[in-house]
Amino acid sequence: MQFGIMSVSDITRDPVSGHTPSEAERIDAIVRIAVHAEEVGLDVFAIGEHHNPPFFSSSPTTLLAHIAALTERLQVTTSTTLITTNDPVRLAEDYAMLQHLAKGRMDLMLGRGNTAPVYPWFGQDIRQGLPLALENYNLLHRLWREDVVDWEGQFRTPLQGFTSTPRPLDDVPPFVWHGSIRTPEIAEQAAFYGNGYFANNIFWPKEHYQRLIRFYRQRFEHYGHGTQKQAVVGLGGQSFIAKNSQDAHAQFRPYFDEAPVYGHGPSMEDFEKMTPLSVGSPQEVIDKTLTFQEFFGDYQRQLFLVDHAGLPLKTVLEQLDLLGEHVVPVLREELEKRRDPESPANPPSHADLVKAKYGDAGARQPRPNANRGDNVTGGSPYQDSETEVSAYPTL
Amino acid sequence: MTDFRLVIVSAGVSDPSSTRLLADRATQRVSSLAEKRGHTVTTTVIDLRELLPELPAAMSSQLLGPRFTRAVDALVRADGLVVASPVYKAGLSGLFTSFFQVIDNDLLIGKPVILGATAGTARHALVVDEEMRALFAYLRTLPVPTSLFASTEDWTDKALGARIERAGRELVLLMESGFARAVRDESWDSYQHSYGSAGGTELDIDLSSDMMRLATGGSLRDSDDDPFDPRRA
Repeated sequence: MQFGIMSVSDITRDPVSGHTPSEAERIDAIVRIAVHAEEVGLDVFAIGEHHNPPFFSSSPTTLLAHIAALTERLQVTTSTTLITTNDPVRLAEDYAMLQHLAKGRMDLMLGRGNTAPVYPWFGQDIRQGLPLALENYNLLHRLWREDVVDWEGQFRTPLQGFTSTPRPLDDVPPFVWHGSIRTPEIAEQAAFYGNGYFANNIFWPKEHYQRLIRFYRQRFEHYGHGTQKQAVVGLGGQSFIAKNSQDAHAQFRPYFDEAPVYGHGPSMEDFEKMTPLSVGSPQEVIDKTLTFQEFFGDYQRQLFLVDHAGLPLKTVLEQLDLLGEHVVPVLREELEKRRDPESPANPPSHADLVKAKYGDAGARQPRPNANRGDNVTGGSPYQDSETEVSAYPTL
Repeated sequence: MTDFRLVIVSAGVSDPSSTRLLADRATQRVSSLAEKRGHTVTTTVIDLRELLPELPAAMSSQLLGPRFTRAVDALVRADGLVVASPVYKAGLSGLFTSFFQVIDNDLLIGKPVILGATAGTARHALVVDEEMRALFAYLRTLPVPTSLFASTEDWTDKALGARIERAGRELVLLMESGFARAVRDESWDSYQHSYGSAGGTELDIDLSSDMMRLATGGSLRDSDDDPFDPRRA
């Protein structure tokens, strides 16, 4: 079981001090947060993607490459990568590059993005959000698996003889999660390709996620990727920890009350009752997190939201200390005890995927042929191609 | 003989409330007329004032608290509705419109509804027909032809009782017709739904839709037009 943190990259005024961090401060802070996540024994760091203030993370692969360079074990990932407004060709290139630099210590999670004005900035239309997401992933999937792709769809300009470079590390595509909380088509796509399914598990009551996770598991089995228990499920969550419940509530309340999205709405107590938010002592956070496994079955990745709503860096680092020292070790042990042996303990790592593809044989290391000036004539652009064209048309 | 489930939604906030009184009078007429015709009526009252503490969460985060959830459950099962709102500043009460804005668009499709409003002056009389009727048209309900409106002077006028009688009879006849159930049985799919809508009852997943074909590696393009469509192979 992997534990980690996910950030939406919001730059929010600290309602207690009144301080709004600059973009520079917040970007420095997120690097420290990610590095500290590894120091306290967490496994995963995830960053969101946004293209409007007050968010800073428009370029997740740049940030994650830097974090990967500063860490040794930490898996870097996204929460989420916009599969709608990004060109899947750029995603294939950027994330393959990140995969090489991180030596495989990465994966990514795809999401649609729900900010309508962002779509036209990238030449898209939110009303086409779902078909865009589905079609773009279909292309991304092929770009990482076929050296040369011919493709034509509804949204993007057609591709003839396109090769996405660099080819994925060891010619094994990064593991992909599909994030969704209410769209059966996304769960179906995750199941069809045998990818992971992630429910952000933050704002809504558990019933919303329960149904789609069950559907994803059934369809994962239907498509022959394994049993329902072998399907790869990740969950979000949100916690604020202090030594005791009263302190946790007192410290978190001003941030909760003014938080983006749910601030000025429900009371914190109601929100704790109705959603997966847990505010309290380590034991309370442990108890609530353990209910996720009861509701959703064995799952492989748990990400907590800890750095939003203007919480200052010092508090976030303390939250990581508490998570790493008092919460995650207990959860690891308890969830491992409860896990059905049929369910995988972790999502597939790069090494697992290499092993699955090649067994004990060496991984393919694509070596390009000399530049032909285009990508259309001839067979594969790589030396180990099996489809060399033996003769060219002559006049 | 049928057992009709009648749900009353009142946005009156005072106690006693003339809005609630109007809704209750309509409810009594519906019940007695239905019983005369050999039916039984079970009524559930949703007093929107009691939902006020849950309204901010419902409006800002689509988080429905326990009372909202119970209200939605009652509406899902309703055969007919009596709704009533006070008129404030020449419009429906914000509480009333907020409630119906929060619930799913497809929750009330085809259900017959008596529309009622109260006000301090007869100058607000058209709010029911011009504002409330439009809201319930959007929700694809079936408002009865007779609208109820009661301003101060109407409470002493026999004509109000006659209109309540007429609206009540219209509602009973519409409930008897079984229209809402027939719509659900025969053409439910032709209305727009999303997963989990209609108060969490809309859970069918159509695996043969265009979007599902796209989700499973297919194309939105017609396979005949698309030289790369794997289905052509």
